[in-house]
Amino acid sequence: MRYILPVLTVIAVIVGIWYAAAVWMNAQWAYDQAERAGVEITFTEMAAQTMQQDKPVLPAPHQVAQELWKTTGAMVLSGRAFSKRSLIFHGWITLSATLLGFAIGSVAGIALAVGIVHSRVMDMSVMPWAIASQTIPILALAPMIIVVLNSVGVQGLLPKAVISAYLSFFPVVVGMVTGLRSPDAMQMDLLKTYSASNAQGFWKLRLPASMPFLFTSLKIGIAASLVGAIVGELPTGAIRGLGARMLTGSYYGQNIQIWSALFAAAIVAALLVALIGLIERVTLKRMGLAR
Amino acid sequence: MSRIVASLAPVALGVALFVGAVYALPALRGWVPVLVLLTIWLGLWAWNARLAEPGALPRDVQRIVVPALFGGTILLLWELAVWFFDVPLVILPPPSMIAARFASSTDILWADFVQTFVKGALGGYIIGAAAAFGTALLVDRSDFLRRGLLPVGNFMAALPIVGTAPILVAWFGFDWHSKAAVVVVMVFFPILVNTVAGLASTDVMQRDLMHTYAASRGQSLMKLRLPAAMPFIFNGLKVASTLALIGAIVAEFFGSPTLGMGFRISTSVGQLAMDMVWAEILVAALAGSAFYFAVVAIEGWVTFWHPSQRKRR
Repeated sequence: MRYILPVLTVIAVIVGIWYAAAVWMNAQWAYDQAERAGVEITFTEMAAQTMQQDKPVLPAPHQVAQELWKTTGAMVLSGRAFSKRSLIFHGWITLSATLLGFAIGSVAGIALAVGIVHSRVMDMSVMPWAIASQTIPILALAPMIIVVLNSVGVQGLLPKAVISAYLSFFPVVVGMVTGLRSPDAMQMDLLKTYSASNAQGFWKLRLPASMPFLFTSLKIGIAASLVGAIVGELPTGAIRGLGARMLTGSYYGQNIQIWSALFAAAIVAALLVALIGLIERVTLKRMGLAR
Repeated sequence: MSRIVASLAPVALGVALFVGAVYALPALRGWVPVLVLLTIWLGLWAWNARLAEPGALPRDVQRIVVPALFGGTILLLWELAVWFFDVPLVILPPPSMIAARFASSTDILWADFVQTFVKGALGGYIIGAAAAFGTALLVDRSDFLRRGLLPVGNFMAALPIVGTAPILVAWFGFDWHSKAAVVVVMVFFPILVNTVAGLASTDVMQRDLMHTYAASRGQSLMKLRLPAAMPFIFNGLKVASTLALIGAIVAEFFGSPTLGMGFRISTSVGQLAMDMVWAEILVAALAGSAFYFAVVAIEGWVTFWHPSQRKRR
């Protein structure tokens, strides 16, 4: 409750700024139209016009909301939820690549982290590269990965999933290594006095102790996966997916379409992060780790 | 020193032998090359495992030699695999070719670097960081605003903000200004959220102490809360440093003048000039890590008092 009122206030302020900016940025077009028609318009008439242009420089919030509803809810009601004009369809294309890539990336990341924790060579040789690779703009690789996989005959979902996997991989590795190392010396010693084997130490102490760290990095990883899937749709001129909607929108100057695709992506990202957060809460609660 | 030489010698010998064998036997076919590659890999891995043992080398040397050897192994295997299996150059050029391309087109790469990194990424980073810092100082004055802005900012920081690139390119034109704008939007929220959290990180006791000294709001900010916020601020700056280059490169996929790293990557991919793409990725990697470690170095200099910095010495 403490947070709801302030958050709503901040959101209201943002929407207010947005409306003001929409009037300001679309004013030129409205004035030009009026001049061409040979009429003088007052400020209020101009402001009203800026709210309903076909190709505004900055669409007003309600225009974006209308477009979002038109391409999702309205299409579901008319039974065309998966038609090619529906954002649900495009969102699903992007979401499936995101989820596949996220699954590959996080499983591989956890596996590598387990290896790093148990082998000194792997730790010393791989870890510096894993950390350094986070400073590298991996997304620059996206066009190349798409084209290369395309020339080997791999098309569609997988190239995008590869980029998603790559982006979610390193946060998971780094977070999981930190997590698996989080039990302190006292706890490790206790297991030793129980004469626990390495495997028992892993399953009964290290793995449970790593869970909070794992979930934190999974949240970062899934957001990165979505960005990867969207960017993966850009370089090949894909025609399906949220990234493709943005690209075609920018080709044809359909600003409302770009904004609605952007908001759809934001909603998907928020849902995915919230889903991981929910799994986190349930898991940690059952493990007795919840605070 | 002699220990290092002694442990390096067999490797150099082994590598020389293998490379000799590789070039002497170009007719190798079938499973033979796979076997050779596996042997090289296992040999170098075993050697690396010996070097990584505690006490095999002085710790400082170990920390550099072991990862360097691992990286070198991968480059060597990459090079040999491309030659062995006749991988088409449009799929994967060997590292030697990428290095040659890098060396021969430094002027193009430099121009791209200036356009994308210095103007787009760095310009946007500075503006975005300054704007976020200023906003954070304003937000900090009201507890109400802070409670409202932190959740919203955290939410925004997790969104795919790269998606604003086409919009901002349409607004600010194709030149570096639109790239800087994308970078501003991308770096703003992580820095804002971290700065606001950092300014709130002092505890009641410390603030009470400032109060008993009759410190003004500004004094308490400059002498207590801002220094205490520095580790958080640098956390945000580090996250943002990697985002900045990504934003600048991706924004160029939506339209750019005929130079820039993103432009060069997308056109070179179109021409199947993969060596150029890789050279450009090498530049991006070097610039990205240099930027990151520059921020880390400044952090060490500013927050020398923080436990995480002291431990390293």
